[in-house]
Amino acid sequence: MGGRTVKTTQVAVIGAGPAGLAAAIEVARAGGSVTVIDENAKPGGQLFKQIHKFFGSREHRAGVRGFHIGEQLLVETRELNVEVLLDSPVYALFPDKTVGYIHDGKEVCLKAEKIIIAAGAAENALAFPGSTLPGVMGAGAAQTMINVHRVLPGKRILMIGSGNVGLIVSYQLMQAGADVAALIEAAPQIGGYGVHAAKILRAGVPIHLSHTVKRAMGKDQVESVEMMELDARWQPVAGSEKILAVDTVCIAVGLTPLTELAWLMGCEFAFVPGLGGHVPKHDLNMETTVPGVFVAGDISGVEEASTAMEEGRLAGTACAEGLGLLERERARDLKTVIWERMNALRTGPFGDGRRKAKDHLVGLPVGGYE
Amino acid sequence: MRVVKHPILGDDRRKRDAAIIVDGNRVDAITGEPIAAALMAAGIRKFRVTPRFGSPRGLFCGIGRCIDCVMTVDGQPNVRTCVTPVKDGMIVETQTGLGKWADEP
Ligand SMILES: Cc1cc2nc3c(=O)[nH]c(=O)nc-3n(C[C@H](O)[C@H](O)[C@H](O)COP(=O)(O)OP(=O)(O)OC[C@H]3O[C@@H](n4cnc5c(N)ncnc54)[C@H](O)[C@@H]3O)c2cc1C
Ligand code: FES
Repeated sequence: MGGRTVKTTQVAVIGAGPAGLAAAIEVARAGGSVTVIDENAKPGGQLFKQIHKFFGSREHRAGVRGFHIGEQLLVETRELNVEVLLDSPVYALFPDKTVGYIHDGKEVCLKAEKIIIAAGAAENALAFPGSTLPGVMGAGAAQTMINVHRVLPGKRILMIGSGNVGLIVSYQLMQAGADVAALIEAAPQIGGYGVHAAKILRAGVPIHLSHTVKRAMGKDQVESVEMMELDARWQPVAGSEKILAVDTVCIAVGLTPLTELAWLMGCEFAFVPGLGGHVPKHDLNMETTVPGVFVAGDISGVEEASTAMEEGRLAGTACAEGLGLLERERARDLKTVIWERMNALRTGPFGDGRRKAKDHLVGLPVGGYE
Repeated sequence: MRVVKHPILGDDRRKRDAAIIVDGNRVDAITGEPIAAALMAAGIRKFRVTPRFGSPRGLFCGIGRCIDCVMTVDGQPNVRTCVTPVKDGMIVETQTGLGKWADEP
């Protein structure tokens, strides 16, 4: 590896989102050296665009807004002197646990004893005629624009998808001053929490269930959208087409774990639709089938920021234990508390499904592709 | 359009301390914000046209993943404008196809 800078650390964490930061905090608290690497200019991952209050119990800081939780995590990382490298995309992982990243146009190698991959997830796209027109974008992109960069992506918006991201971003677009013309959902029922749906209904946004987009129209950007109704067999209802004048279409149809680095590392995978698709198999410590390589957060199954942080804490604690920084007993006590908190998060109409999917993933045998 | 007042985030007090040149026109911007944010604030949404069909593209993912938002910046093509920070005096051009380096014939 001639010409490249080589650095060392005990634990390398990829991704400075809630999962990665929480993991690093636990390693540092146990006295380990830890380096977090993120390609963004700012740490926090998706947390800083989440300006709504979180659910859950008090330990989960329910009622606290996402970006405030992010600020708290950053304070802790500073107090514990966690090294956070920004503007540094990770492009390779080598079998000897060397992490390759690029900073300032130069390649750097970081040799670690343990690796925690916390790369998050990416938004799914939706293809329809006109879906490539400027003005059609991910709901997360719109959320980033309004809440992080403070720019409105458009004036009049159609939201596609009634999961929590679709519902929350619709409300946040209105808070930022946009007009949300409608929210459409192909399924016959709302996908996200009732509280979030009620908020936007109260604000006067119609939610059309069993509806989808037929096409977006416009020359250089979106000028209007044609939507249509779907029957019980998800087929278009003839004559149900309606034209809506909007300049922006936001797509909120789910997230897919960003798993490339885990594939590169040779981790075994399983296909678990309830977690967003292909996810690396992992055990209760968040360790993958490659010893010393851990995952945490959305990469191990798309959930929420609160579960991402708990998974990060778990991976960080398990790494510290593996490095001999924590005694077995002490580590078990710490992990038991985290498991309990995580199970509490995975309850209720939405959490139950995620808990079943996770239990299935953790229970899978090692050996072969599922 | 900029979100100046916000019920939760408060007022945006950042100054427009920079200017970039977009296809020859001056656009006011804030140092450090992504180029795409400055363009959207100025109402510019078409960032490039595709090589074969010349169809327009703009911001899609906003976090550097999809490369739909690439433009030619200071003579370098294929720069992701959603994650590239503004510097005063930057020259930004709508990119046609795969773009050309400034020193290419
Ligand atoms: C656009 C969007 C909006 C969301 N909105 C909400 C919401 O409102 N409420 C909610 O509860 N959940 C939301 N989620 C779910 C969200 O993913 C979780 O809340 C939480 O942010 C997951 O944490 P994480 O640490 O796993 O991932 P992230 O927060 O996504 O952090 C991952 C980090 O890893 C970095 N990274 C990835 N690959 C590399 C690489 N190769 N090299 C270097 N760095 C890399 C990324 O840049 C990022 O900073 C949203 C997700 C997305 C994508
Ligand atoms: S909008 Fe996707 S990379 Fe910029």
